[in-house]
Amino acid sequence: MVILLGDWKSASQLPSANEAIAGIEKRGPVRSIAFDAQELLIWGSGLLTFLVSLINCAEEKNISVNHEGLPDGVQRLLRLAFAVPEHKVQAAPRETLFSKIGEAALNYQKAVSETVGFIGEITLGMLKIFTGSARFRWADLLLAIQECGVKALPIVSLISILVGLILAFVGSIQLKMFGAQIYIADLVGIAMVRAMGAIMAGIIMAGRTGASYAAHIGTMEVNEEIDALRTAGIAPVEFLVLPRVIALALMMPLLTLYADVMGIIGGMFVGIAGFDISLLEYLHETKKAITLTNVWIGVISGFVYGIIIAVAGCLRGMQCGRSASAVGDATTSAVVTSIVSIIVATAIITILCNVLGI
Amino acid sequence: MKKIEPNIVVKNLTMAYGEKLIQRDLSFTVNRGDIFIIMGGSGCGKSTLLRHLIGLQRPTAGSVSYGGKDFWAMDQSERELIMRSFGVLYQGGALWSSMTLSENIGLILEQYTDLPSSEIRERAALKLALVGLAGFDDYYPSEISGGMKKRAGLARAMALDPEILFFDEPSAGLDPISSRLLDDLILEIRDSLGSTIVVVSHELASIFAIGNNSVFLDAATKTMIASGDPKALLAECKDRTVHSFLTRGIPDMVKT
Repeated sequence: MVILLGDWKSASQLPSANEAIAGIEKRGPVRSIAFDAQELLIWGSGLLTFLVSLINCAEEKNISVNHEGLPDGVQRLLRLAFAVPEHKVQAAPRETLFSKIGEAALNYQKAVSETVGFIGEITLGMLKIFTGSARFRWADLLLAIQECGVKALPIVSLISILVGLILAFVGSIQLKMFGAQIYIADLVGIAMVRAMGAIMAGIIMAGRTGASYAAHIGTMEVNEEIDALRTAGIAPVEFLVLPRVIALALMMPLLTLYADVMGIIGGMFVGIAGFDISLLEYLHETKKAITLTNVWIGVISGFVYGIIIAVAGCLRGMQCGRSASAVGDATTSAVVTSIVSIIVATAIITILCNVLGI
Repeated sequence: MKKIEPNIVVKNLTMAYGEKLIQRDLSFTVNRGDIFIIMGGSGCGKSTLLRHLIGLQRPTAGSVSYGGKDFWAMDQSERELIMRSFGVLYQGGALWSSMTLSENIGLILEQYTDLPSSEIRERAALKLALVGLAGFDDYYPSEISGGMKKRAGLARAMALDPEILFFDEPSAGLDPISSRLLDDLILEIRDSLGSTIVVVSHELASIFAIGNNSVFLDAATKTMIASGDPKALLAECKDRTVHSFLTRGIPDMVKT
């Protein structure tokens, strides 16, 4: 006999079924359990959970359980809970290290072939634009250009000015020791124009636009909008991806130039306010330092980053699964892929320039 | 009496995601002018079958043929031509959310016709009027209710006067009256345009109201366990799963 007393609804600790069984068995062998619930005040799921595990425990030990003493509602709910047999999950065979490595390799191969296929599709789409048979709306392209061009200017300005400031400050500490403060202009100018402008613009756009591409296309996948495009005979790659890739590829070089200018202005601010360099001096020194080659390298890097960000964002969006959390994963993965690829691309471009002696 | 000609023929179709089998050995024929119901319990693969019928997924085995030709044996341009004769209404409408209703319909017309933009707008307005959404041309999908989205989705599906219309759970999420109105609309489309209609549904009222042919998918045995006119199935089918489904009865599992 198990006597149920008092409040079984509270969120506080309730006795566990194992304790109860152990308590019963202490008094000698048990063949059946009955309940007395006359002094049970209120009950909730806590009581049901307790009873279900008690009954399961009792079944294992071949003890029969008599439900009759329980309140009517509890009996009904228990009957519901046991009406459908428990879904037995087949225990997955334990994976060995070998099979894990193998699976990772196979997944990797799949990911590579998917990415290459996607890039191929985009390339074919680009070719179609020249033959005039690509299906996308020019209005979408203009909208995408506005979205990743003009609307990105404020944040690009802010970050680039700050990066220029930081470069100038850090460099000035060393340069001041030689009384060579004027070279702050060279340092900031070359660093911004050749690499930092493009990298900063790239990272900002990866977080801002790449993520938005992945989230937008991913949500379209969830809402079956991509399927609707396919059944309408419109290739999603042409309709959704091409305008975005073109927009970023066109805008990133411009943003890079803009970031260069902003960074130089940031450095100039430090030079003029902190180290008594005159505006003209600073500008003259900057002009002497920067070569057209530097500018080209920066702009071309920006172009490459633009393509990387757009392709990564759209690819992750298209690979998105059909749930809200999948959209989140797609967005995260788009940003990570873009930033990693940007850094790798920077390394490759730098090494190439070195080898070619540019 | 209209001439009966087969429109979609499915032969020994097996569907699987990777190694996970969804359904196997499905064989049935949808005739021109049929309202064909794909029914079965939740999670038995109804929507997956629909994805196979509209060419979004390739069968693991077996074939799907239109007008006597195997869809996946055709070359790309032929497949596109067949797909152009489809109209699909997705479960949530799947309207393109960055476009107005008029643009949603117009986009499809733009792709396949050389109509001037004023004419496209007029046609889009006509399709919207047919589904009872006259005047909603410039609304965005986020600004209208779920039932209206479905009707707008239907208007889009009908943009190119399709030969075959597919519906994925048209009554899901609709109140009884809207659902009834949608059923009437489906019948009206079939009678006026002579379209073939394939409906994925588990709404009994709707199944009996519109269907004249069907296939019943079973999740447990992973294959079809009945086919034919739903009303005849209700009267004659001896299978307990089918019978309890159609009578809204209690399946054996829960019965004590």
